[in-house]
Amino acid sequence: MHAHAAPLATPAVRLAGVVRHFGAVRAVDGVDLAIAPGEFFAMLGPSGSGKTTCLRLIAGFEQPDAGHIEIFGDTVEGLPPYRRAVNTVFQDYALFPHLSVGDNVAYGLRVRGIGRSERDRLAGEALAMVKLGGMEARRPAQLSGGQRQRVALARALVVRPKVLLLDEPLGALDLKLREEMQSELKGLQRALGLTFVFVTHDQGEALSMADRVAVFNEGRIVQVGPPEAVYERPATRFVAGFVGSANVLDARQSQALGGPARPCSLRPEKILLLAPGAPGPDGAVLVAAEVTEVSYQGPVRRVSARTSEGLALTAAVPAGTTGIMAGATVRLAVPKDAVRPMEGEE
Amino acid sequence: MTRAPLSLKIAAIGGLAFLHVPLLFILLYCFTTEEKSYAFPPPGFTLKWFGVVWGRADIWAAVGLSLKVATIATVLALVLGTLAAGALARARFFGREPVSLLFVLPIALPGIVTGIALRQAFGLMEIPFSVWTIVLGHATFCIVVVYNNAVARLRRLSPSLIEASMDLGADAFQTFRLVVLPNIGTALLAGGMLAFALSFDEVIVTTFTAGQQSTLPIWMLSELIRPRQRPVTNVVAVLVILVTFLPILAAYYLTRHGEAVAGSGK
Repeated sequence: MHAHAAPLATPAVRLAGVVRHFGAVRAVDGVDLAIAPGEFFAMLGPSGSGKTTCLRLIAGFEQPDAGHIEIFGDTVEGLPPYRRAVNTVFQDYALFPHLSVGDNVAYGLRVRGIGRSERDRLAGEALAMVKLGGMEARRPAQLSGGQRQRVALARALVVRPKVLLLDEPLGALDLKLREEMQSELKGLQRALGLTFVFVTHDQGEALSMADRVAVFNEGRIVQVGPPEAVYERPATRFVAGFVGSANVLDARQSQALGGPARPCSLRPEKILLLAPGAPGPDGAVLVAAEVTEVSYQGPVRRVSARTSEGLALTAAVPAGTTGIMAGATVRLAVPKDAVRPMEGEE
Repeated sequence: MTRAPLSLKIAAIGGLAFLHVPLLFILLYCFTTEEKSYAFPPPGFTLKWFGVVWGRADIWAAVGLSLKVATIATVLALVLGTLAAGALARARFFGREPVSLLFVLPIALPGIVTGIALRQAFGLMEIPFSVWTIVLGHATFCIVVVYNNAVARLRRLSPSLIEASMDLGADAFQTFRLVVLPNIGTALLAGGMLAFALSFDEVIVTTFTAGQQSTLPIWMLSELIRPRQRPVTNVVAVLVILVTFLPILAAYYLTRHGEAVAGSGK
């Protein structure tokens, strides 16, 4: 058992030693995971890292080649999707094109044998919950991307799943809508007290929405924890680079910058650029470096520099810091504790 | 709007004339008084051939047989073709491509080969010729047209629709009835109509598998050899045109608003 996964109650979802191959490809290669009831859980990773396959294993679209899957204590491996108390919001929404919005939402109730008037009432309530009240008669083709997303959400929630699975739920939306839906999803999850498991390749989305994040790489989970822990203390070189950006240091370089003698990460925004003659903060290590590149990125300016020992460092400084040119020599301050050991690296 | 050049208009009119003028001759000679040969212009005008057709039992027997064969072959093709398409549209297994090819082969094969192969097979197995041997012969190519239509539509159907249905609690049968069928319905209608039309006017395979019985096309072919009452075949041909044109027209209007019709949500 991992130290980070010790919820007290029966986990909403538990995976133990789950393996899934496709031919020679080990898409999911020994995943252990426990998701607590009511948790908003993100599975983050690049494409091909196994996060989507993991979600499909929980939904029942894939069966594991080895290992064990439980939903609220019930073993589900071997069960088809229609026998599992989980529902999915698909990446392409998968709305039935031949049914109206109301009939789409009522579909799960219909196959359960619930009568027309009752299911229309429940579907209407579910649509009102996602702010689409009165849209029952429309066709999916007549809706915008954001509205389709809401219909998909209502359709999955109306059958009262114990766990809601979301596959890249915001991937197809434009930036403005995505931010809106982020807070709406979060609010909905809080109001319903439901367990949400969502897959994303967008680290910003995972950090801002999730209670806990599992970072996937090459079919395995490389780190699980609350967003702050994953971001502030990346366990491996991969996490440091995938979740945000980082200066990755070997043992010798870490020591030179005031860290322990092990591989460490150093977030660019922790590094300070000192004005000429200004003192650094207490306990900070000061280094002189020659600027190799400056790029303006809106909120910050990204300064790449090389120290006299040949170490390349990237610092993110407030965008208002002007007058830095490539070729200039600057003084950088690395505060105490900014250099963080990566526990998964030797 | 741009106007088509004159040469293009003439070519279009010429093409249409080439396709449809022969049909007009069929219609014209329904009414001729001359029964041994077709002379232009027809020497006289009469409606008596319609009465003659009405009274001929052999015509009604042939029409009945053709309708029966085409209906059974189409139903068989709809069931088997849809099942085959369902199996082959998306599944990946060893030998999938050869199996798909074998399914489509009967329509590429000359009818005469299919016909003689079936005749020999029936002979070897000592199966007597009957309505059912004709139906089997026709089913070989009817399945292909249904399969082709269904497989094309199934491949365009997003696989996540089927997963969504199962995810929401529908088993395989409910998913087929409530999601797959409404989405491939118009393709099956088109495939079924084509299968019916192919069966209805098939001559070659039927010749080899029919024994003593005459379907309508076989009856027409044998009628050409007879010297008398030639306009009778014309009358039958015109009736066939009417009978086949109406369902095609109906299908056109039904499938024009494909989504709306298929999805009344019952």
